[in-house]
Amino acid sequence: MTDSLTALGVRLIALFMLAGKTTLFLGEAVVCSITRPIKFRRIIEQIWFIGWKSMPVICLTATFTGMVLALQGYPTLRRVGSEALLGPLVSLSLISELGPVLSALMVTGRAGSAITAKIGIMRINDEIDAIELMGLNPLRYLVAPNLIAFLIAMPLLAVVFDVIAIFGAYLVGVRVLGMDGSAYFGEMSNYVVLHDIVIGIYKSMSFGGLIAWVCCYKGFNCRFGAEGVSAATTQAVVASSVLILIGDYLITSLIN
Amino acid sequence: MILIEDLWKAFGTQEVLRGVSLEVKAGEFVALVGMSGSGKSMLLRHLVRLIRPDRGRVLVDGLDIAKMPREELETLRSRIGYVFQSGALFDSDTVFDNVAFPLREKTRWSETKIRSKVLEELDSVGLKDADRKYPAQLSGGMRKRVALARTLVRAPEIILFDEPTTGLDPIVGNSILHLFDSVHKRLNLTGILVSHEIPEIFGIVQKIAMLYEGKIVAVETPETIGTSQNPVIDQFVHGKPDGPVHY
Repeated sequence: MTDSLTALGVRLIALFMLAGKTTLFLGEAVVCSITRPIKFRRIIEQIWFIGWKSMPVICLTATFTGMVLALQGYPTLRRVGSEALLGPLVSLSLISELGPVLSALMVTGRAGSAITAKIGIMRINDEIDAIELMGLNPLRYLVAPNLIAFLIAMPLLAVVFDVIAIFGAYLVGVRVLGMDGSAYFGEMSNYVVLHDIVIGIYKSMSFGGLIAWVCCYKGFNCRFGAEGVSAATTQAVVASSVLILIGDYLITSLIN
Repeated sequence: MILIEDLWKAFGTQEVLRGVSLEVKAGEFVALVGMSGSGKSMLLRHLVRLIRPDRGRVLVDGLDIAKMPREELETLRSRIGYVFQSGALFDSDTVFDNVAFPLREKTRWSETKIRSKVLEELDSVGLKDADRKYPAQLSGGMRKRVALARTLVRAPEIILFDEPTTGLDPIVGNSILHLFDSVHKRLNLTGILVSHEIPEIFGIVQKIAMLYEGKIVAVETPETIGTSQNPVIDQFVHGKPDGPVHY
């Protein structure tokens, strides 16, 4: 009994310490992001890396997501005589839910993991210590640009995801299944309001901040050796993905 | 001047440093030797507060480095150069950008002045034509030279070398040690060199400190160390397989 209580206590202390460390890390990263000198060149480089280089995977995922939504949604709607509502079904699902979540999951796998691995390798190669010993704050060079870049790139990627997925669904719904094209877009404009788009953008920005926080923290605190980098990368992707889904639920429940 | 007083450090139950004391006077070049895993690099990391001690003090010019506020520490660190065992070069930047990095970030110099200074330092380490290369395109010896150039470009007063010749062949290793020697003499720096290269380091340092079982067991001139009757030092210096040190 005493042993299990001790073990529980040790785990709780470790959990609180982790919460404290991660919060301090985020706080310092935010301070570095909004105070001078701001590293504009690194921010642009990271927007290019996170945003532009993720475009192929975002486009591909979005196309098939839209196509499967139409393929699955159209017959179901036809059963209840509401096939004209395919446009609103697809667009509302994408803009406030699937677009931000799926694009964030894709970017976690492609860019988040790469950032964790890069920072992790810099840690084990003493590069982060070298920056510190030059009298500079490594968070300003390695974390702040990523945080800002994720906050800018994620909403843009989510919007691209939404647009492409809507056209993917149009291809299947209108061109393959024979739905009326004007009804598809017409009903969509009747149902989708600015509020839905704002929620989608807000969510994708939150997920962007979350990915930057988790992936940079894991890289920064990675254990030594190749195994340490590998473990940090895996943990970063798993933790980010799980937190995105939990965050999505929390944001949705708060908004509704 | 660097003064280490009764420094203790443990990781879990393993005590690595057990009361280390050492004094390095201004302008002195001291080699820190000892068996692999004896805590030499860790001791060096204490001098720039990459690690904090469990007990004891590190004083640099009379200031306790463990108790310094961050701003003061950054000022002190900008006076200290640290050449890492790995070189710690930024792999995604060219040699030029690696050496220019501290100048771009810590000074308000024009790009022309930075260029001139970087090329001068690269020339001083024999790498004038390597400025456009990436670290991955360099040999181990060249990487160490670039790391030294990046350190020297900041004009440090104290320089710490962490096993700079590990993994290099004897010719390149010796050339690196002689480069350190010439830099030390030219700039009159205070230096600590962590190394296993005995007797190669005998000609370039004023003193040798030996770390054994978490303590400094001897601080002597190279000549005295070379002829020491202390069985631990004798075994280490002459690389004898038998003796008090067990692997």
